[in-house]
Amino acid sequence: MISVTDLLLAIRPLHVCIGPTGHIRQVGKSFCKLGIDDPTGSRFLEVFEIVRPAKPASMSDLRNLAGQVLRLRLRAEPELGLRGLVVDDQADGAILDLSFGIAVVDAVQRFGLTAQDFAPSDLVMELLFLQEAKSSAMAASFSLNARLNGARLAAETDALTDGLTGLHNRRALDGALARLGQSDTEYAILQMDLDRFKQVNDTLGHSVGDAVLKRVAAIVRSQTRQDDLLVRAGGDEFVVVCPGLTDHSRLTSLAAGLIRDISEPAIIDGQDVTIGASIGIAVSRMVVRCDPATHVSRADVALYAAKRSGRGRHLFWTSGMGDSLADLDLPAAQSRGG
Amino acid sequence: MHGLIFRTLEAFISDAFGPERWAQAVALSDLPITSFEAMLQYDAAYFPILLTACAQNLDRAPSVILEDLGAYLITHQNHASVRRLMRFGGDTFSELLHSLDDLPGRTRLPVSGLELPHVHIREPIPRNFTIHCTGTPTGFGHVLVGLLRAMADDYGTLAVLEHRGVRDGAEVIEVQVIETAFADDRGFSLAETEAAHLA
Repeated sequence: MISVTDLLLAIRPLHVCIGPTGHIRQVGKSFCKLGIDDPTGSRFLEVFEIVRPAKPASMSDLRNLAGQVLRLRLRAEPELGLRGLVVDDQADGAILDLSFGIAVVDAVQRFGLTAQDFAPSDLVMELLFLQEAKSSAMAASFSLNARLNGARLAAETDALTDGLTGLHNRRALDGALARLGQSDTEYAILQMDLDRFKQVNDTLGHSVGDAVLKRVAAIVRSQTRQDDLLVRAGGDEFVVVCPGLTDHSRLTSLAAGLIRDISEPAIIDGQDVTIGASIGIAVSRMVVRCDPATHVSRADVALYAAKRSGRGRHLFWTSGMGDSLADLDLPAAQSRGG
Repeated sequence: MHGLIFRTLEAFISDAFGPERWAQAVALSDLPITSFEAMLQYDAAYFPILLTACAQNLDRAPSVILEDLGAYLITHQNHASVRRLMRFGGDTFSELLHSLDDLPGRTRLPVSGLELPHVHIREPIPRNFTIHCTGTPTGFGHVLVGLLRAMADDYGTLAVLEHRGVRDGAEVIEVQVIETAFADDRGFSLAETEAAHLA
């Protein structure tokens, strides 16, 4: 029959045999891989530190831990946690059987361990295999998630953009107004309709009409600030939301500049095209807070007032105009055409 | 069927013959998908349709495509992790062969839902192995032949592998290990993970 010590050497690469004096008599073959000198002959408690469940001071303390799971570490490698079992060797000494536990992944990296450093019956190879395979699978999952997220962001951008002009669309306007409604920021809303756009579309064709809209978008872009929200709300309707801008003279020069540049005669596809623009402006007031939808409809009211008073001009909303188109004495539909 | 299987076919055709050949094959197959994701599930019926389309477009037998795909998985830089995972099977090529019984279990563990054919291996005469593969995707045996040939090279082992067709519903592969130290072993270290490799 094989002796106990030979049996341990054959099957347990991380065991420690301790004599009655507390000195190490024998260690498993893998200890030499852990960057420490052969601990045989050293006092066990000088080489190892038992962390849990209690720190034994003597050999009898250590033997009393028999049957319990120990957490311990090598004093030379305090980062590396070990766990193990103490067995009373029935000859006043003790035997410890150790393993790395979950720290095995780090231990393999740190000490360059190989399959031979583990018992063949140990599941450590399966654990390491699983760790690598899982990392590969996770990498594939992350790359899928990154691609899906990219597609989602692109779709969100598309959903908020007017395809023809690249300005924002009404959906983006609704979102921005909802956010402004939640904040204390003052702002102005410019509601702009093109004059004579319908005639251009009807007489010169849709491609010229589209080119006109793009030209208007470029003018709006060039005259507004980085923070302004530029929206083509549909057809020839444009909306500019200017957060933090409520000064009448600056808004007047912005509106006048837009109308002046848009009204410049242009040659598009070899055709002379002359359009104009009318603008209604509503400015939010901190004193009397009202929701953004009210400001939009006030800007609309001011726009119709501007159109009715001769087009090619801008008007600020005033309380005398009322809050909705129904308050104007002229039917909205009649005012609106082209 | 697991997206990894489709993704592997797509990656192989694109890397080995060019993305335009993959696009042509997909167009030929008339399937509603142009590109596959590794971590999604797809209709298993797509696989034979795609394979046939690739074979037609590349003017090669499906079995040849599958065999090259197996070799590609082991030798191509983009799939270095596959080679490493195979090397976990054993220290020698013969040990690796004996570990093949575990292959479906080993793949299911990290990637649940990735079902590979059942693989059964015997060594009736020393160094002469017989492998039986049962289950879908059909033709997996050809992938295994290409993959194991590349692994034999990896171990520096001279081996003869042959797909013997289908017998009693199982693809049969015969392997003869001729010389174990025929060339240098490319080596395998547990510590040298892919991450360490890339660093």
